[in-house]
Amino acid sequence: MTQTTDAHALESVSGPGGKPRGRRRSDGRLRRLARALEPVPWVAPATALILFVVIWPVIAMFQTSRQSFDSMGFDHGSAGWTNFTKLFDEPVLDGVLIRTVIWVVAVVTITMVTSLGVAQLFNKQFPGRKVARWALIAPWAASVVMTAIVFRWMLDPNNGALTVLAHDLGLVKQFNSTNWLSEQVPAFCWEIFVAVFVSVPFTTYALLAGLQAVPSEVYEAAKLDGASVFRTYWSVTLPLLRPALLVACLINVMNVFNSFPIIYEMNGGNANSSDATTTIFMYTTQQSSIGEAAAMSVVNFGFIIVIVLLFLRASKWNSAED
Amino acid sequence: MATDTVRAHAAPKARPVLTQRKPPRLRTVVTCAAAYLIGVFFLLPYLEMVITALRPAHQMADRDLLPTSITFSNFTNIWSTGLGTNLGVSLEIAFGATALVLLVAIPAAYYTARRKFRGRGLFLLLVLVTQMFQPTAMIVGIYREFLQLNMTNSVWALILVNAGFNMAFAIWILNAYFSAIPKEIEEAAIVDGCTRIGALFRVIIPLSMPGIVTALIFTFIAAWNEFIVALTLMTTNQNGAPLTVKISTYVSQYSTDWGHLFAGSVIATIPVIILFALIEGKVVSGLTAGSVK
Repeated sequence: MTQTTDAHALESVSGPGGKPRGRRRSDGRLRRLARALEPVPWVAPATALILFVVIWPVIAMFQTSRQSFDSMGFDHGSAGWTNFTKLFDEPVLDGVLIRTVIWVVAVVTITMVTSLGVAQLFNKQFPGRKVARWALIAPWAASVVMTAIVFRWMLDPNNGALTVLAHDLGLVKQFNSTNWLSEQVPAFCWEIFVAVFVSVPFTTYALLAGLQAVPSEVYEAAKLDGASVFRTYWSVTLPLLRPALLVACLINVMNVFNSFPIIYEMNGGNANSSDATTTIFMYTTQQSSIGEAAAMSVVNFGFIIVIVLLFLRASKWNSAED
Repeated sequence: MATDTVRAHAAPKARPVLTQRKPPRLRTVVTCAAAYLIGVFFLLPYLEMVITALRPAHQMADRDLLPTSITFSNFTNIWSTGLGTNLGVSLEIAFGATALVLLVAIPAAYYTARRKFRGRGLFLLLVLVTQMFQPTAMIVGIYREFLQLNMTNSVWALILVNAGFNMAFAIWILNAYFSAIPKEIEEAAIVDGCTRIGALFRVIIPLSMPGIVTALIFTFIAAWNEFIVALTLMTTNQNGAPLTVKISTYVSQYSTDWGHLFAGSVIATIPVIILFALIEGKVVSGLTAGSVK
């Protein structure tokens, strides 16, 4: 907008000045060039960093997926698509893919709903709010690896704190009788729980920052109009939170999809075990076959592109509605 | 504060219906209780981490939730092996990556929020692409790249990787913040004689402090806790490695000793908590200063 007004202003100034046409045309070309180059100092450093740190390794990964390696990791030249056919012939792949979908959908949904509630609560004025908020950053401050290990320690079937608690409550009759983390469904549920546990703090803070950016006048106006609490939340808060929600949700999908330490630390990282996702599968395959692992990364990449396209759709739909 | 004064002014005008509402005290008590419960819930695993770090070795297998005596030997044991150097390396990487991210993300986010230029969509898509892959997924590619550049065992490599992988989030969150600020505000500043960069520093950045602080904290913590790239690149430089890698060597050394593992984890978590404690106030003051009034 400002750009076009500037251009018009400049043209109307130079127009009545009676400059020769040719001069004006080359001026216009220069101006167009200057305008085309204007974004460079603003976005070039970011672009350079992306190309260097992210795109370069991605290209290396694609190359690796089409190369043949022996068991020692030595390169034996092009392998065509054999790494991919080998990957798709893996009997466990279907289970891995289904589990990845469940993993992402469950963790992100539970995280977003929980965080909306928690952010709303922590946005209220109450004594000691600061302290309560500090507590919430603990899972975010500690590394995910450490959190996963602490939960594994607490779920120890012999003397883990959660096992002891469950025993005291009568939920577990005998120590060492059941190991939650070695049974498929309970282990996967605990892993989802830990993933939600580490995702909620960041999401809550992102939404909290979004909530606090909402001017109080809007709420005053809603109150004057006699809107109920739920009506205000639905029609005022949520639409204003949309950018924060979209960003938080997108970041969560990416993080959860790429999530590695939780499942790896809690079940020991066995690719064929009942709770591996694509990332775990990729990592464990890497030890035996780099090429196949790279092929799995490429497939992952394809999934993520689909997710991103869906989100771009959603964000376009968002801005169109505004 | 601001909303309180508004409500105090509005109160005398309020209709009598409002007096029938529950006294706000009860509501505050319920809010408090719920918030504190949530806070405690999120603290418990880390409390357990601290308790285990303080637990004497011979009480590790006990089923008491609290040990009968405590010891600091887990901490002194791992500190005596030169953990301080690694702490310094971790700080260098985290501060370096955070500074680089802000330096690169603020101009990019601002410009993409304000101008529709050719290649803007492509740039934002590129930024989004960087969020797709995490170092975990492309560790082979990263290792090959820095090997070619002869930059393994370099702190700079880790600063660059951490900045590169966290910049996307910073750009997106800042873009959302900058877009939400009405253009008229900075246009007014420009009319008043500010340059575009001046307007960015004097108007836009103070108004988007919560977003900037969020991006800052996110980057710092991610860089501080990064493990896999550091482990892969710091192959022959154990003393110059960040804390996360150093702790992992204790883990393999005392693989069954949870005490050492959790003592190291506690030490690694403290700086982040301190940083957050310092900055939480900034979030609040940034919010008060940056409110639309």
